[in-house]
Amino acid sequence: MKGYITEHPILEFIRGKKVKFFFEDTLIEGYEGQPIAAALHAAGVRVLRISERYHRPRGFFCAVGKCSSCLMEVDSQPNVMVCMEPLKAGIKVRLQKGKGNL
Amino acid sequence: MSNKNLTSHLSLSNFDICVVGGGPAGLEAAIVASELGADVLIVDDNPVLGGQLLKQTHKFFGSKAHYCGIRGIDIAKILTKKVEDLNIKAINDATVVGYYDDDLLGILKNDELFSLKAKCYIFATGASENMLTFENSDLPGVYGAGAVQTLMNVYGVVPGKRALVIGSGNIGLIVPYQLLQAGVEVVGIVEILDKVGGYYVHAAKIKRAGVPIYLSHTIIEAIGKEMVEAAVITEVGKNFECLSEKEWTVECDIILIAVGLSPLCELLYHAGCKIDYIPELGGHIPYYDKDMRTSKPNIFVCGDLASIEEASTAMLEGKLAGVKAYESLYGKTTKGDAIVSEVREELNIIRTSPFEERIMLGHKKLFKT
Repeated sequence: MKGYITEHPILEFIRGKKVKFFFEDTLIEGYEGQPIAAALHAAGVRVLRISERYHRPRGFFCAVGKCSSCLMEVDSQPNVMVCMEPLKAGIKVRLQKGKGNL
Repeated sequence: MSNKNLTSHLSLSNFDICVVGGGPAGLEAAIVASELGADVLIVDDNPVLGGQLLKQTHKFFGSKAHYCGIRGIDIAKILTKKVEDLNIKAINDATVVGYYDDDLLGILKNDELFSLKAKCYIFATGASENMLTFENSDLPGVYGAGAVQTLMNVYGVVPGKRALVIGSGNIGLIVPYQLLQAGVEVVGIVEILDKVGGYYVHAAKIKRAGVPIYLSHTIIEAIGKEMVEAAVITEVGKNFECLSEKEWTVECDIILIAVGLSPLCELLYHAGCKIDYIPELGGHIPYYDKDMRTSKPNIFVCGDLASIEEASTAMLEGKLAGVKAYESLYGKTTKGDAIVSEVREELNIIRTSPFEERIMLGHKKLFKT
């Protein structure tokens, strides 16, 4: 799949089964169990959220569930830390604007 | 969560020692304490144990007793196997969210909150990456160097096409090499000081690979609309002032920030441990004595939480904390004493190197207070 490392001199990657999910209205392919942010990054999605005050694009930053840069709407639930949240088939991921809507 | 699970969680109150954090320091602490005979439990917020070791494709060097010549990812496997062989219980994907009255830990797992109580705690929570402020530093594509390591070495995702690295400490020197291994072009490493911050071997290796290291340089701006497209870097003068005539733009789609780490001491604040500010050790850190014991007698610390250093020293400190936590419950043992004297000797050898001068200074301040 595009966006993934296929050949590496040292590492071997064990990946889950291929699943499909939505980013906005686009169907994207990813590997089950990987963080949603990793699947989005591999698919070329860089903007994950729009900041509340100055409406600035926000992307992936810390990858370890600490910085809150990657808060997104997942299946209508806002503020999901997608760098930690495992990918499941069929989920609907949306760009979060500001604090998001409940 | 079913009631059955809840019951099993409640029974988690019989442990001697709970280790928070399953990285190099926490794992060594748990292993040593368990080998001495304590009932140990590890709580970690990742799906697998190993912490930052899981991202380290390079071979460690230093003492033969401490995994010299072995890659970080393989050290993680060795330690995890020991944990399994010793039947140490580990709760993965679980975040410790608070330290409450009666020495109770609040733990969040699968969106459920439960509590846990142990006689004694070892915190090995590690550190988080420092940010650097410059124009557009919030643009997607500006990442922590460790985040890029996670993305490419743990999840196998290509992080970008052309990378610029800010900072030449060991992380800033190692990650570019890992980027090359993953097939990413590295346009350069930018270092504000007039010398490389990390180990010479790492610097030599990355230079041999053809990556330029720009000393006395810094980043002043990231360029791009929705994501990074380029960066403006500049040479700096003796007092770190930007020399505007020496500015230039370099095309890149990811900028990696590797300008140090800060200990994750929130839980120690919450527990009421005394917190000191010692820049040499990483900023705000919990106070601890030479036995890694904090101001609260039932709480020990080790690893990056105690001082920002290398994984090798983190493992040694973990062993020390493991023995001392055991001793706090069951008293001294000959086996424990032997480990302690060996570990102290190793730490002394490592820390008398010029690279560790900073840590020695920090410890002087810490132990005096």
